[in-house]
Amino acid sequence: MAAPLLSLRGISKRYGEIRANQAVDLDVAPRSIHAILGENGAGKSTLMKLIYGVETPDGGEMLWEGEPLTLASPAAARRRGIGMVFQHFSLFETLTVIENIRLVVPGQTRALIARILELGAEFGLEVDPHAHVHELSVGERQRVEIIRCLMTDPKLLILDEPTSVLPPQSVDRLFETLRRLRDGGVSVLFISHKLEEIRAICDRATILRAGQVTGNVAPREHDAHDLARMMIGRDMPEPPPMKPAEPGETMLELIGLSYTPDDPFGMPLKDMALTLRSGEILGIAGISGNGQAELSELISGEIRLPFETREQVQMMGEPAGHLGPAERRKLGFAFVPEDRLGRGAVPGMSLARNSLLTAHPLGLARRGLIAVKQATEFTRRCIADHDVRTSGPDVEAGGLSGGNLQKFIVGREMMLAPKLFFLAQPTWGVDIGAATAIRQKLVALRNQGVAILVISEEIDELFDICDRIQVLSHGRLSPSLETRQTRPEDIGRYMIGAGAAA
Amino acid sequence: MIALEFILSGMLAAATPFLLAALGELVGERAGVLNLGVEGLMALGAAIAFIIVYHGGGHVFAFAGAGLAAALLSLLFAFAALGLQANQVAAGLAIGILGQGLSALVGKTYESLTVKGLPKLAVPGLSDLPVVGGLFVQDPVVWLSLAATLAIWATFAFTKTGLLLRAVGENPKAAHSIGYPVIAIRVAAVAFGGLMAGFAGAYAATVYTPLWADGMIAGRGWIALALVVFGTWLTARIFWGACLFGAVSLAGLAAQAGGVELPSQLLASMPYLVTIVVLGIISSNRRLLKLNGVASLGEPFKP
Repeated sequence: MAAPLLSLRGISKRYGEIRANQAVDLDVAPRSIHAILGENGAGKSTLMKLIYGVETPDGGEMLWEGEPLTLASPAAARRRGIGMVFQHFSLFETLTVIENIRLVVPGQTRALIARILELGAEFGLEVDPHAHVHELSVGERQRVEIIRCLMTDPKLLILDEPTSVLPPQSVDRLFETLRRLRDGGVSVLFISHKLEEIRAICDRATILRAGQVTGNVAPREHDAHDLARMMIGRDMPEPPPMKPAEPGETMLELIGLSYTPDDPFGMPLKDMALTLRSGEILGIAGISGNGQAELSELISGEIRLPFETREQVQMMGEPAGHLGPAERRKLGFAFVPEDRLGRGAVPGMSLARNSLLTAHPLGLARRGLIAVKQATEFTRRCIADHDVRTSGPDVEAGGLSGGNLQKFIVGREMMLAPKLFFLAQPTWGVDIGAATAIRQKLVALRNQGVAILVISEEIDELFDICDRIQVLSHGRLSPSLETRQTRPEDIGRYMIGAGAAA
Repeated sequence: MIALEFILSGMLAAATPFLLAALGELVGERAGVLNLGVEGLMALGAAIAFIIVYHGGGHVFAFAGAGLAAALLSLLFAFAALGLQANQVAAGLAIGILGQGLSALVGKTYESLTVKGLPKLAVPGLSDLPVVGGLFVQDPVVWLSLAATLAIWATFAFTKTGLLLRAVGENPKAAHSIGYPVIAIRVAAVAFGGLMAGFAGAYAATVYTPLWADGMIAGRGWIALALVVFGTWLTARIFWGACLFGAVSLAGLAAQAGGVELPSQLLASMPYLVTIVVLGIISSNRRLLKLNGVASLGEPFKP
């Protein structure tokens, strides 16, 4: 192997009590695509922040082309030839593509535009330099980020979970771009928790678990099971078994639902139709930003429809579009929003207080006063039944890991015994163990006859637990697809909006 | 006709204190910092400028001293709100009250004294036109304010500095992650806002009404703050807004002189009433606010 471009020796970083990285060694060869594989919370993002100069390590040393490397800031990293594409892009939505690029790259506007178009043609990264970023799709935004990095002539390009925001077809296109970059002399550091992707594109993989390196392998020589064992320390859990569905009464129905948000950056919804019966799980696939936020608020009641159009949303057979969240909950509706900290739970309050937020009708509050004993008891039961790893009901919600807090919130809502249960991105940023536990609970609940609606970006997850899938793209909902007769490519076609023609 | 001539000739001068303070606040808010202390900064600038002119220091030094004093006080705000991440609303209010108190303190022995204002400069030819001629006879500060308006508009429209200010205001996290010193940029923007508020106060106390009385700023700082929202953070709209307020405040005087039977208190409160009405109308257009608004306005940022 050629002398490494970047070497890390014994790199460590801790935040308070949490040791995010412990004695990490890493060698990235020139002209290679190198994967950092690990699940949520394994320390991948921390490691990348250290390499990109956002944070400084507590111990260990970094070598760049054989020379010791210390980085005070991202600007210093860029000067050395290290570029980074963030998972949540660092673009400015109200500025145009060219304005975003001018903020990072010096030069005359005209010369920059020529270079943008040239790089676009060379690496398959076409974008309109004069478009405003808020008008672009997520895939186009990613292209802008990559171009912005490439314009500083990096030797190493870091991509943080680049495929998590892309439909399957765009993933292939991104991989083609990365291969061309490698062949053009750029090394790529590719962060992911998706095993198949890493096997498809990476020359080398370093695997992290709980902040430590647990493997350094050529991914093509190992199958997904081996990689999974290194990543989570045991075999990948099996998807929960599904009984044949026995759909009962209709619990949720959208009839020609249309909605235009006030927010000019929002996505208008057009003529949506959906039927969900008790005893089945319906999944809404698609990339966030295609109307997911609007649809979720319309179903939860955070956005109310005017009285005249209330029949566009039907719950338990009643028109419900005009009802607020509390009134919908009274009908037997429960809801897990996509952001745990802020909408699902109040980070600064104890778990017991958080139980009160939605479970107060179960005797946790009497005549306006908090029934402390009942609230504590309810919370203790939720913690025990749903395997929430925490020291007790008095712990602040913000102190729990993402997976544990999500198990708590899902558990709290399940204890309300809903007839209709709606979850938005239920396993986003959750570790594999907790994600599996949540999926199992959902399938068990479906088998008991609850109607469940899940919005998720993870196609694999939807295939594991859903009876039917509908795809949300550009504010429109595809027809219902039976999961068993559908392949991921079919979903992908609807995601890029070509489904109607196909 | 006489009333119209009166309003046209005086409108720009009446608008200048609003305009200068609002332009300064615009720069700070575009960078994401809400400084509610404008009223106090103007008051401090007014007192300092008046004292310098009174003792024969001249208007150039008076404006420089007023700008410097207000900029220093706004840096105290920046230290609390940006350095210590204090709540911007509370810190701004506190600095505003401090500024008003300081101005009363240093101005105590000058109460009700007067100084000489500035001579007016006329644009040859245009100033002889009927009716609108008065528009082209203004003091030098008005002309400079118009130049400043153009310069700030051009900065936001064409320069990297303007781009950077907008970027820091929209998404400070992203600006930090691509390597810009967010806090330093914001501190500079706040100091500029202080400087402009100081100039605005100096103009009010030494040129527009060249006398000192405690409380003479009389809410003009608050109107300047409202103007920034009224103008949806766009330089040109802020300019027209300032002209409108200038005209409305003169219209009150013109009406009194014309013998309109309305209580003078009601006429004097016209600019404030207009502010409330116009703000209400603007705020009902959420689309406009969202497209031009500053996403991170008032939110503390910790790198």
